Amino acid sequence: MSSESTDRIFRIEVDLRSDLDDWRGEAVIADAAALGMGSIERVQVGDLHFLAGSLDEATADLIARELLSDPVVTSYTVTELDEPPPLAHDQDDWQVEVCLLPGVTDPEADSVLAAAERIGAAGLRAAASANRYRICGDLSEAAVHQIVQRLLCNTVIQRYTIGPILPDLSMATRAAGSRVDTVSLEGLSDEDLLRTSRERVLSLSLEEMYAVRDYFRREGRDPTDVELETIAQTWSEHCVHKTFRATIDYEERTAQGSSSERIHSLLRTYLAAATREVAKPWVRSAFVDDAGIIDFDDDTEVSFKVETHNHPSALEPFGGANTGVGGVVRDVIGVSARPIANTDILCFGYQDRSFDDLPEGVLHPRRIFGGVVAGIEDYGNKMGIPTVNGAILFDDGYLANPLVYCGCVGIAPKGLHPSGARTGDAVVMMGGRIGRDGLHGATFSSVELAHDTGATVGSVVQIGNPITEKKMLEAIMEARDRKLYTGITDCGAGGLSSSVGEMGETTGVSVELAQAPLKYPGLEPWEIWLSEAQERMVLAVPPENLADLQGICDRLDVEMTVIGHFTDDRRLRVHYQGRVVADLSMEFLHDGIPTRNLTAVWQEPVTRQKPPEQPAGGLSGILLQLLSAPNIASKEAVIRRYDHEVQAATVIKPLAGPQDGPADAAVLRSTYATDRWKGIALGCGINPRYGDLDPQAMAASAIDEAVRNVVCAGADPDRTAILDNFCWGNPNLPDRLGSLVRAAKGCYQAAKAFGTPFISGKDSLNNEYTDGTTGRRISIPPTLLISSIGIVPDVRQAVTMDLKAAGNRLYLIGRTRNELGGSHYSLVLGEEWGIAPQPAEDGLEIARALHRAITQGLVCSCHDCSEGGMAVAAAEMCLAGGLGLDLDLRALPLDEDVRRTDLALFSESNSRYLVEVAPEDAARFEEALANLPCARLGTVTTDPSLRLVGLEGETALSLTAEALHRAWSDQSYVRP
Amino acid sequence: MKPRVLILVASGTNRDRDAAVACEAAGGDPEVVHINQVRAGARRLSDYQMLLLPGGFSYGDNLGAGRVLATDLLYSLGGRTLGAALTHGLGDDLSSFAASGKPILGICNGFQALVKSGLLPGPAGRIRATLTTNASNRFECRWVHLRPNRNSPSVFTRGLDEMIFCPVAHGEGRFLPIDQETRAELHDRDQVALTYVNASGDSADYPDNPNGSVDGIAGICNAAGNVMGLMPHPEDHIFSEQHPQWTRGEGGRSGLALFASGIRYAAQI
Repeated sequence: MSSESTDRIFRIEVDLRSDLDDWRGEAVIADAAALGMGSIERVQVGDLHFLAGSLDEATADLIARELLSDPVVTSYTVTELDEPPPLAHDQDDWQVEVCLLPGVTDPEADSVLAAAERIGAAGLRAAASANRYRICGDLSEAAVHQIVQRLLCNTVIQRYTIGPILPDLSMATRAAGSRVDTVSLEGLSDEDLLRTSRERVLSLSLEEMYAVRDYFRREGRDPTDVELETIAQTWSEHCVHKTFRATIDYEERTAQGSSSERIHSLLRTYLAAATREVAKPWVRSAFVDDAGIIDFDDDTEVSFKVETHNHPSALEPFGGANTGVGGVVRDVIGVSARPIANTDILCFGYQDRSFDDLPEGVLHPRRIFGGVVAGIEDYGNKMGIPTVNGAILFDDGYLANPLVYCGCVGIAPKGLHPSGARTGDAVVMMGGRIGRDGLHGATFSSVELAHDTGATVGSVVQIGNPITEKKMLEAIMEARDRKLYTGITDCGAGGLSSSVGEMGETTGVSVELAQAPLKYPGLEPWEIWLSEAQERMVLAVPPENLADLQGICDRLDVEMTVIGHFTDDRRLRVHYQGRVVADLSMEFLHDGIPTRNLTAVWQEPVTRQKPPEQPAGGLSGILLQLLSAPNIASKEAVIRRYDHEVQAATVIKPLAGPQDGPADAAVLRSTYATDRWKGIALGCGINPRYGDLDPQAMAASAIDEAVRNVVCAGADPDRTAILDNFCWGNPNLPDRLGSLVRAAKGCYQAAKAFGTPFISGKDSLNNEYTDGTTGRRISIPPTLLISSIGIVPDVRQAVTMDLKAAGNRLYLIGRTRNELGGSHYSLVLGEEWGIAPQPAEDGLEIARALHRAITQGLVCSCHDCSEGGMAVAAAEMCLAGGLGLDLDLRALPLDEDVRRTDLALFSESNSRYLVEVAPEDAARFEEALANLPCARLGTVTTDPSLRLVGLEGETALSLTAEALHRAWSDQSYVRP
Repeated sequence: MKPRVLILVASGTNRDRDAAVACEAAGGDPEVVHINQVRAGARRLSDYQMLLLPGGFSYGDNLGAGRVLATDLLYSLGGRTLGAALTHGLGDDLSSFAASGKPILGICNGFQALVKSGLLPGPAGRIRATLTTNASNRFECRWVHLRPNRNSPSVFTRGLDEMIFCPVAHGEGRFLPIDQETRAELHDRDQVALTYVNASGDSADYPDNPNGSVDGIAGICNAAGNVMGLMPHPEDHIFSEQHPQWTRGEGGRSGLALFASGIRYAAQI
């Protein structure tokens, strides 16, 4: 062991061979050009590694050669740092170096340390990685700073210098701490109580601060900082969903008049109620565990959870999205299941905005998009979980607050997820170590963002290490099968304070923080307790099983530590080096939070009903515009960056047909259950544009779409469950809360109508931003994501959306109504009119009939009508299959007031499907759909063109599949 | 007796189960073994007839894909030490396994580790090629056509006439030889066992060659033919319903043949 004072420090530069394209440099130039920051001629990117310890030059050179460079593509230099540093600025050549801030996870450096030991390179004490950019061009120093700040360095996790940098190699961010403060709440004015809440990022309201003060008054002492933090995390919106449990006085104002009511808990009244009332026997766990669970077959269950990671992704897109995936995967591990699929739904601001359009302090949407996709790619691919379903939406409402929804599906044998910790069991922390990363995440998620948020709460952003989680997963799967633990939960928001507090709720628990493994010394007790350092799970393990569990962990290179035990006194006791630093009653901690009383108002917007004139110049051009619109165009450039094949079970992939059309849902075969042909379909529904008109219609439409997606692919609508994720603005503002209430009502009605239980849900509120210059508040559009999971009885009957064979017939199922409010057609025209799509009364009957037809093998292809209506759906079927369609709208089941070709083509009415049927099956198909709206629109043709006769007998559309495909695959806009 | 296949995993390996399913379907008896079990002596390479290094992100690929696993192969499996490492010898166990003519297959990350440890293309002890960042600069998951070289000594592509259709899923799969001499030698000795081609079987550029590999090289073997590596994932096309166009009646399970060939060979040795 060497000490810092005798350290030698070596700097290793690794450069790409000069005859190879410097792809990272080119990417920087392309980004700069796209953002209007031209005049960069060349960027050369190099990797820097710093080695510190009692090592000699030969050892540093060995590490550089064996671990850090590749003789085929790179060269390297080793410099000891007492030599003069290389020149920083040589005329047109700026040298900028970027490294991580102290304490930020540096997986590369960790690998260097581990691998150096393995090759026998002695004396290495610390390592750090960094990047060097040589930027050439006619650039002022100010311009260089701008390029670096906008593209190369995110000061939330990194710092940079012009000229040589030296990262922190001390491995400690400050001297070892053991400070525990007490905070007196007695005698504080309301204002002072609120200030305490704000300054400590507790995010507690005045009523909640009263409850805390009164509790400690009864205890006869002042709270410690550890206790205050514990309560704040446990009571955070993120952990207890206080808005969804609040008592709400709700008023609805429409043209028909106004009405009001008092709602006791949105969660109970609408979401849990729908689940209870549809009473599906195959729901195994809803709203209770870390993830919702349904039966797969007699022996196997599947779980599904969708989370959001919005605030972290706004500040540090890669890390935010990366740990978002990591977190939701741990939720699935937390129900003792093996992750088999990931989903990702992303909302960003429009990509072509200039910096001047952005609120102060906001990252450019291109940078957010690129970072988020890279973060998802990194975590999902490295964990070996296929990313199979998702959506990407653009709207300027997401400029300051992007939304990142991350979902994970798991599978497990029944009966192996244990029910709870028992008195005497050990508290085991497994996985990663604790650092100062991610403090206050749970409470931070309730803070509205402002221009300086990144600087003031910079420690919130964690960087993930998917390999640590992958190792931990394997250890837990083995421990599960050997029944070594009695309880398990994810260590996520709130860190140990939430997970340990939750696991010990019915028993009591005692913890010694000094035993917890740290990444580096110097953490205060409250920091250890609250750290949201990633890749950790907490397990309850009977003492007699500890040795077996340790054996598994040793074999798989997983760290586990006993940090305490479960008691029988229903108290949460936390110690640091023997000293009590928290001692709270579980009853108060979990049930002491006062119910919130909130006010909500929904005011029906006044909208124009009369549609604009049908545009002159024909509808073919409009259809092409729709296909290339950012919200509809192919997302292939993103989809291919996610591994959707790993685990070898993806039967219906995200892209369908020989020409890669957009699949409605992914279908996965079970490779872990007895019935190998049974599968699951995963889909989602989201359309924030309807929410501006009517959140209730938005909710109903999202559920309809989520159900349509999975039914199209072959799922049984009577074996389909859904999940809700509400992303809204500040719920203390009555209009934001009013729209939330109305959306919850829509969820209840549509879930009841479809018989689809909610099995899990999550909300992310306070997605608002205050512009530092203008003081303007910006809320996101209220955005409800509905995710769906349906059982496919036999994946060999699954259906894709690409047209299969000329001569087949094309049917449209479902009724087309005059519902163009919030439609993509209206967006393309730049006009707003009409109502959002309303719930279809026969939605479930249609879905059931279609499913019957699919299981009878009568359906060749099937695609739901969603964004852009039936015209876009038909076009997508053509372009995916490379075949044509001859269609005649005059057979369409239509409402009277939609007798105009453009309205019929682009209406986004719910519960509609385009279905391809072979002529010999037509009679049986029509029989299966008897008494439901269903019309034969035309025929599949060998000539790959979409031709459509409108309502007046006119030729409304005539486009080649090639032209359709070209428009749809214009990804210049959506390539991150 | 079915040949025993040791599927070697390290932290971050993730296509081990896919590979095990493929080996089983091809008539092998696979066992997933952690490298620590081999290190600790709980499993011995010599007890198996075939070694398979599956895909994934061993050690996070933090220092380059397969790089740290390569040092494991060199140093851990044969007890190499600092001094000996300078000659780039192979781990003793691994090197005697390879020398005995037993088959070794590296897929994706396993291929990267075999190349970066110098076991491929051989002769062992020299780094003669690499697998580096895709020419597209990004991770890509897409299905590709592979044409087997009939003259290749590879025991895995021996007797394969049909093209293989299977997915790639990697960010660092661009095969580059260290010099022109190596490139020529690989072709002269038919060590190029698989090349990326288009659906008609002809050489083609991106996206048929998904990563910009020199000469469309997708898989290579050593001169003896018993050690082979490839970037694509034939283990992910073992069932008809894995084929992206199975709903159009296409199929073929064309990934299976490569495993069947290797396991047939393993059974004889």
